[in-house]
Amino acid sequence: MASVNRETLIDPLINNNPISLQILGLCSALAVTTQMSTALVMSLAVIAVLCLSNVLISVMRNLIPPSIRIIVQLTVIASLVIITDQILKAFVFDISKQLTVFIGLIITNCIIMGRAEAFAMQNKPSLSLIDGLGNGMGYGLVLMVVAFVRELFGSGKLFGYSVMPLTTEGGWYEPNGMMLLAPAAFFLIGCFIWVVRSWKTEQVEEDFHVGALLEPGHEGSLR
Amino acid sequence: MLEHYLSLATKAVFVENIALAYFLGMCSFLAISKKVGTAIGLGGAVIFVLGITVPLNQLLNQYLLKQDALSWLGLEGINLGFLTFLTLIGVIAAVVQVVEMAIDRFSPELYNSLGVFLPLIAVNCAILGGALFMVNRDYTFGEATIFGLGSGVGWAIAIVALAAIREKLRYSHVPEPLRGLGLTFIVVGLMSIGFMAFSGIQL
Repeated sequence: MASVNRETLIDPLINNNPISLQILGLCSALAVTTQMSTALVMSLAVIAVLCLSNVLISVMRNLIPPSIRIIVQLTVIASLVIITDQILKAFVFDISKQLTVFIGLIITNCIIMGRAEAFAMQNKPSLSLIDGLGNGMGYGLVLMVVAFVRELFGSGKLFGYSVMPLTTEGGWYEPNGMMLLAPAAFFLIGCFIWVVRSWKTEQVEEDFHVGALLEPGHEGSLR
Repeated sequence: MLEHYLSLATKAVFVENIALAYFLGMCSFLAISKKVGTAIGLGGAVIFVLGITVPLNQLLNQYLLKQDALSWLGLEGINLGFLTFLTLIGVIAAVVQVVEMAIDRFSPELYNSLGVFLPLIAVNCAILGGALFMVNRDYTFGEATIFGLGSGVGWAIAIVALAAIREKLRYSHVPEPLRGLGLTFIVVGLMSIGFMAFSGIQL
């Protein structure tokens, strides 16, 4: 039993990472990674919502009629996100302002719907909690790596503290402005996937098979 | 007035492209951009749903949720803002369901081309993102309609362009670990740089 728990927790970090392998939850991963602090708050918010929604849906899994399960899941998730949003507004107002709409977009973050649908509907609450924690951390890991590179090279800082003094402030580092723009996030996640797949060669795609799941004719496997 | 709307539309389609500048709807953007035909179908469905839900949510926001929004009922000082997320996603899920049934009843051809994508769209963050931007920026009804349609068109252009590039990529020799998702990310990054050429354009 202990090994099942450990596997559920560790597996989503690299082997079955929600971002680099399952292509879930990308929207927010790209947008909030210009600074470590916003990325950290976002990861914690997603981990909290993911764990709670997995547990709640797992507790209710035998009561939810299959035909309306999507709407039930959405309502549970949306309520949790509202609570998270209110807490963030109350305690870290500045960061909550910087995250703008992306807190609200946790509702449609496919990791949360995906895990609720694929895991919490079939497993008991304790295991679902661990699964939520593992997937949340896998998401957080990618976010932190990308944010680390973008903040360090884009503005010479980490968590807002100056690491490499900028030329504009009398230091030596000429900031790479592109790191703060949208395209850098795409390049960095692309490279992250490249590195992970060079190391874990079994993740290499034969022929775009993840996308093939969503093509017409295969959509039944998604529902 | 027309100038203002035109400028807003250009901004929504090109300058602040919802997929390439705000990263919204990325999951389906990357997963369903394998063939141009399917990309056009999904793009059409997104334009359709964004064009309906953003103005509808604007009405709800203005007359139900905003601070003092219920004053037309004679109720002062009520702020239902904390219900925004729940209302927006509820409206989107309901509209998608109704639109799906209506299209199925009245235009089976359109249903066959859009139908399979509609349920997926309810959880596409581009739709909720469009609604949330509308709330954040406090658009009027007219602006919301233009913004909804404009962002839909922008998203559709981006996904069709990406699908066309990916079709060509199938004939190139790519390092193995980069195949599929990795390379797609890098291509999207390059497209995003391309779209940045539009930034600063004012009409």
